[in-house]
Amino acid sequence: MNEIKLEERIAVALAKLILDPSAPPARHIAVGAASPMPAAACWLVKKQGNPVRLSLLHKRSGNPFTEGTRELFDLTGQGRIDLFFLGGGQIDGSANLNLVGTGEWPGMGVRFPGSFGSAFMYFMTPRTILFREEHTPRVFVEKVDNISAPGVSAPGVFRRGTAQALVTGRCVFRFHPERARFSLESVHPGETVESVREATGFTFDVTGDVPFTPDPTAEELALLRGPICDEMMETYPEFCARVFGRKQAA
Amino acid sequence: MNPISLEALAAEVPDGAMLALPPDNSLPSVALAKALIRRGVRNLRLLGVPVSGFATDILIGAGCVTSVQTSAVSLGEAGFAPRFSAALRAGTIKVIDATCPAIHTMLQASEKGVPFMPLRGLIGSDILANRPDWKVVPNPFAQEGEDPIVLLPALNPDFVCFHAAMADEEGNVWVGRRRECATIAHASKRALVTVERVVPGNFLEDERLASGAINATYISGIAIAERGARPVALLDEYGFDGAYVSEYARMARSEEGFAAWCAREVFEQKAQAAE
Repeated sequence: MNEIKLEERIAVALAKLILDPSAPPARHIAVGAASPMPAAACWLVKKQGNPVRLSLLHKRSGNPFTEGTRELFDLTGQGRIDLFFLGGGQIDGSANLNLVGTGEWPGMGVRFPGSFGSAFMYFMTPRTILFREEHTPRVFVEKVDNISAPGVSAPGVFRRGTAQALVTGRCVFRFHPERARFSLESVHPGETVESVREATGFTFDVTGDVPFTPDPTAEELALLRGPICDEMMETYPEFCARVFGRKQAA
Repeated sequence: MNPISLEALAAEVPDGAMLALPPDNSLPSVALAKALIRRGVRNLRLLGVPVSGFATDILIGAGCVTSVQTSAVSLGEAGFAPRFSAALRAGTIKVIDATCPAIHTMLQASEKGVPFMPLRGLIGSDILANRPDWKVVPNPFAQEGEDPIVLLPALNPDFVCFHAAMADEEGNVWVGRRRECATIAHASKRALVTVERVVPGNFLEDERLASGAINATYISGIAIAERGARPVALLDEYGFDGAYVSEYARMARSEEGFAAWCAREVFEQKAQAAE
């Protein structure tokens, strides 16, 4: 269990972005469906002693909402959620997200589960951190087949924020909404600018030497594999078994 | 209100009805979905509030469904919903995509008895481009500029089915903190509810229970179905049966596999219970 799992690396990279001092403060973070890595990242931020309120949509015991998912969207509409996480079956170089599917609408090629709350959350949250472990040209495309949620909006369209960054299995990208492009922030150990380029269907900016994404520290790994795994077992038992090697008690 | 049998509750839903279902984290009645399959209901127009899960996939697999309006269909950690995906590919169901808060908002409009409600976001999304029933208008209160905003029509499902922990003698049902089920019940013409048990008394006379109760005004029928959310979790009463859903996801990859699963888990289980 000493080897660093990719999911752990991604969770730690997400945690660093949550705490990014150059971004607007994240006092209240929400985590949606199918998001074990963002959930782990949020727990890491919290267990490291940072004052943050976490609202985990899929937590069963002690669920934060007494009006169900409706309350999450109402809170976000009011501007009470500072940060959210979104993924995508396809993500393009302008940070457009496709959670619907490939081919003709509504995903007549490969159908993904669907857009969930993305078409609202992406607009109404000051910061969104994008995550997708699979970093291949079929996921990171030049232009998404269908737009669940656009990365940028025309002037005059109400929008509080957009993508801050995109964390993948190979690297961390930073998003620049003013030019609607990603730049390469760091590459995970074993990757290079060239290997990331090979695996990415969109073009992105590179400035100077691109550092490696730092390894999780021993303290971070201990938190993830211990108390954070404890918190996540109920919601994400398969993830905890696969990544942290923890089996659910019968 | 006296409970009726599960099969009698399922018989209340006619072919072609618009049926709202909560997702796997919010009290779906899998027992009633199975009873609907046994009753052989056809042409259901399902509404996922705001997304769809296990119950939707088995109803589609059994050929009960003609359309699904939803924001996503998934089996959670067990992955994509196999019968939904197959039916979309085969063209046997129509899929009407939405985004979660839009579905809540359309129901909240019905709850208030107003014809539409506005919602932020959505502009520039292909969801909106594929929804001729949704309109963009300038915000009439904007101080400057047009401030375009989306208007969503009120949505009034024929039925909602969900599984509550308990009902009382008066026909009130108790859903704990999952009060979005109340919104769906308010917005739907009829609510059919399965419960673990019926208890004496009246929840509305108990301050601690009243806030998690849905008034019998909104409830059209109740049936007792113990473990009726299974394999989905029910509040703090029982957890999610991941192994059961994973086995389903494996079997339901093929039509034959689904048929074998359905024969065993929908029809045989019922026959055994009746013995």
